[in-house]
Amino acid sequence: MAGIVGYGAHLPRHRIKVEEIAKVWGADAPSYKKGLMLREKSVPPPDMDTITLSVEAAKNAFRRAGNIDRSKVGAIYIGSESHPYAVKPSGTVVGEAMGIFNDCHCADFEFACKAGSEAMYVALSHVKAGEMKYALAIAADTSQGAPSDALEFSAAAGAAAFIMGADDLIAECLFTHSWMQDMPDFWRREHEFYPQHGGRFTGEEAYFATTRGASEAILKKSGMKPSDFKYAVFHQPNGKFPQRVALELGFTQEQIDPGWLAPRLGNTYSGASPIGLTGCLDVSKPGDMIFMCSYGSGSGSDAFIWKVTEKINRVRNLAVGTHKLLDENLTYVEYGTYAKFRHKIIKNK
Amino acid sequence: MRPVCVVGAGMSQWGEVWRKSFRELFVDAARAAIADAGVDHIDSLYVGCMTGGLFVGQEHIGALMADYLGMPGIPAAHVESACASGGIAFRQAFIEVGSGLSEIVMASGVEKMTDCSGDEATAALATAADAEYEVFNGATFPGLYALMAHAHMHKYGTTRAMLTAVAVKNHHNGSMNPFAQYPFKLKPETVETSVMVADPLRILDCSPITDGAAAVIVCSEEVAKKLRRPYIKVLGSGLATDIMQLAQREDITTIKSATLASQRALKMAGKQISDIQFAEVHDCFTIAEIMVAESIGKYKPGQAGAAFLAGESALDGKFPINPSGGLKSKGHPVGATGVAQVVEVFKQLTGKAENGRQIKGAPKLAMTQNMGGTGASSVVHIMEVA
Amino acid sequence: MSIFPSRSWREYPQRYRMEAVRFKKSGKTYFPPRQVDPTNGDTECEKVVLPETGKVTTYTVIRVAPSQWGDLSPYGLAIVELTDGTRLFGQMTDCNVDQIKIGMDVRIEFRLIQKEGTHGTLSYGYKFVPKWY
Repeated sequence: MAGIVGYGAHLPRHRIKVEEIAKVWGADAPSYKKGLMLREKSVPPPDMDTITLSVEAAKNAFRRAGNIDRSKVGAIYIGSESHPYAVKPSGTVVGEAMGIFNDCHCADFEFACKAGSEAMYVALSHVKAGEMKYALAIAADTSQGAPSDALEFSAAAGAAAFIMGADDLIAECLFTHSWMQDMPDFWRREHEFYPQHGGRFTGEEAYFATTRGASEAILKKSGMKPSDFKYAVFHQPNGKFPQRVALELGFTQEQIDPGWLAPRLGNTYSGASPIGLTGCLDVSKPGDMIFMCSYGSGSGSDAFIWKVTEKINRVRNLAVGTHKLLDENLTYVEYGTYAKFRHKIIKNK
Repeated sequence: MRPVCVVGAGMSQWGEVWRKSFRELFVDAARAAIADAGVDHIDSLYVGCMTGGLFVGQEHIGALMADYLGMPGIPAAHVESACASGGIAFRQAFIEVGSGLSEIVMASGVEKMTDCSGDEATAALATAADAEYEVFNGATFPGLYALMAHAHMHKYGTTRAMLTAVAVKNHHNGSMNPFAQYPFKLKPETVETSVMVADPLRILDCSPITDGAAAVIVCSEEVAKKLRRPYIKVLGSGLATDIMQLAQREDITTIKSATLASQRALKMAGKQISDIQFAEVHDCFTIAEIMVAESIGKYKPGQAGAAFLAGESALDGKFPINPSGGLKSKGHPVGATGVAQVVEVFKQLTGKAENGRQIKGAPKLAMTQNMGGTGASSVVHIMEVA
Repeated sequence: MSIFPSRSWREYPQRYRMEAVRFKKSGKTYFPPRQVDPTNGDTECEKVVLPETGKVTTYTVIRVAPSQWGDLSPYGLAIVELTDGTRLFGQMTDCNVDQIKIGMDVRIEFRLIQKEGTHGTLSYGYKFVPKWY
């Protein structure tokens, strides 16, 4: 048995609206909003990055986990596509900040938007195999979208952290399934600042085929059907894709709602479905089944089936809720501040 | 300790002195002091300088300046205590003469702050604060004094107008000082609409970046008498330190090092603060003049601001402060400031202050107070007419 | 002056984990730690971890910032008294600088403090955010 012993999220306070970005590039805001089902996205300030988001999300996860012995955390994995260093791990900084060192396995994960769910997948495996009592998996990103590109409307920032363990679980992981193919839908070469993508090619054969591949396989493996689940959370590069794949697979809007954060958050890349999962856990009840399927370009999907236990009622309020972080105490910025924050302005060295 | 005197003083040009190098500024001031004193040699040299290394890549300053003064071989040393470097160079000279070790010692100070970018100058000055826990977290000097200003305003109701009064009064005095960097008068509205640097301190609350040097000749009374030039007596010296980080001090509305240094100097001089008739104090920021005036005991905590607004610190006031124009108008070449304060007191006590800056009524007893950083060091001297 | 990596590394217990020192005789807590109590010369002490929340005791807003802080200008600086009485200095972030007040409640958050350009190391530490939950 293995599952979530503690969970938490952390999001920036700043937001930028689609209209602000559209106006600079002469784009039609209403059609972007409608087409992407997205109205604003989070913007990390210059003093926030994948590492800092990870630390704050991890603090929330430890708050919900109670007084666990940190020396028993045997692994720390951070999945991101915006690790602050190209060479030097994010995981060691977070481990040092959380007091999880020295006898601990550490690795940084990378696989476009599914780096976070990968970290969760591997952390669960270690615990299930009896290798360690706890394993910390963090999904975090401060992703970049190229100016005037469609992805600029959605590339956002956020983090979710999960402490996996074998007992005293908030949610047990009943099944996992990973599906992958080689798919050149979205990539970034080394030394390039912004990623590239295949436009419409990123849809049917990439996001949808991969997500369907993992989702249908896990449903078959588990013998369950969509109506067995209380909530479902998918990777959310925008509001539209997860809604479409959910409905196609047989899930309902009601099931995806608490984890469907992209319309107000944007695409938090590796953080997307993991943060969505925290949003579902925040409102779930003991016995609820939660379906989760990530997607990372390149491509792959990690699917999970979670069963919430009665412990959720005891720990839910021990840390700030994801929807509170999403909707309250927000500061809206205009494009100039956003460009400055995201280091898009060329300055003298 | 035997009696110690000051028998000559000199200054270089002060301001953005593009045509003079670090060593040339020193030589100009040193030669002027030697000429003023009429001495034909000096026994040793102290040079106050905050950081020749960070500003112009030059350390080993005692040796360099002795060399360029044309006296290689004499004992010489560089003295550093951030902005109190000059005052402590003067104290070293006082101790060396007072102890009988030497007869004639030059106390000097010099800083060349414009041979680097504004950013580099700010970073160099910041080394006077706590590098790992104040500067690392984004502190600047105006910022640190602004923290003290807000605390003082919150505790005592000190107002914007009181800060303005300090700047206006110092510029009024400096407009009569031929060595001042900014010898012009200021209107209160100009001060209060100048650009905000760190709330509540505006650019005209802050002392400037200045190139400059100052030097005085310190000697025994026997030598002073033989020279038959005007001289003054140094009655006492006090030096004190305090906790470096503002956050770790008990009360940041007062400068404990100034209090201790002043008490020590007055005790040595056998005087009370009420005996002191005027002072040159370290007005690196307008709030500093208010806090120092209270810390040395001349005003009760929280009361200096109102007194200054009422004109008590003006040249013709009850207790003139900074007749030279202070750091604000005269300038603040860091290592030189403490010595320049002595230069002003020397001029005032010997009746030689220029252009109508002379305090009327022939004052006899004065204090200089020079401090480093946010007051982690303070050095005070008490001087009297001969 | 650039920050050599060993200087940041040495401060991890303080900047990453808020570790302070409490002296036995005076009971006073110092952050960052020191080896000798300045009130009485005592050297016997224990490690303590600082609380996460406190109040602003004084503040300023830096409006003319050194170039490495340019992207954040204007920014607040404050001396905060934490709930255990320890006072420390730090930068305010995620706040409207015109709304900083003495007495305001803040919480400590882990943030990137300094970058050595585009090629040097990243120095992390703590900043204060307004406490809104």
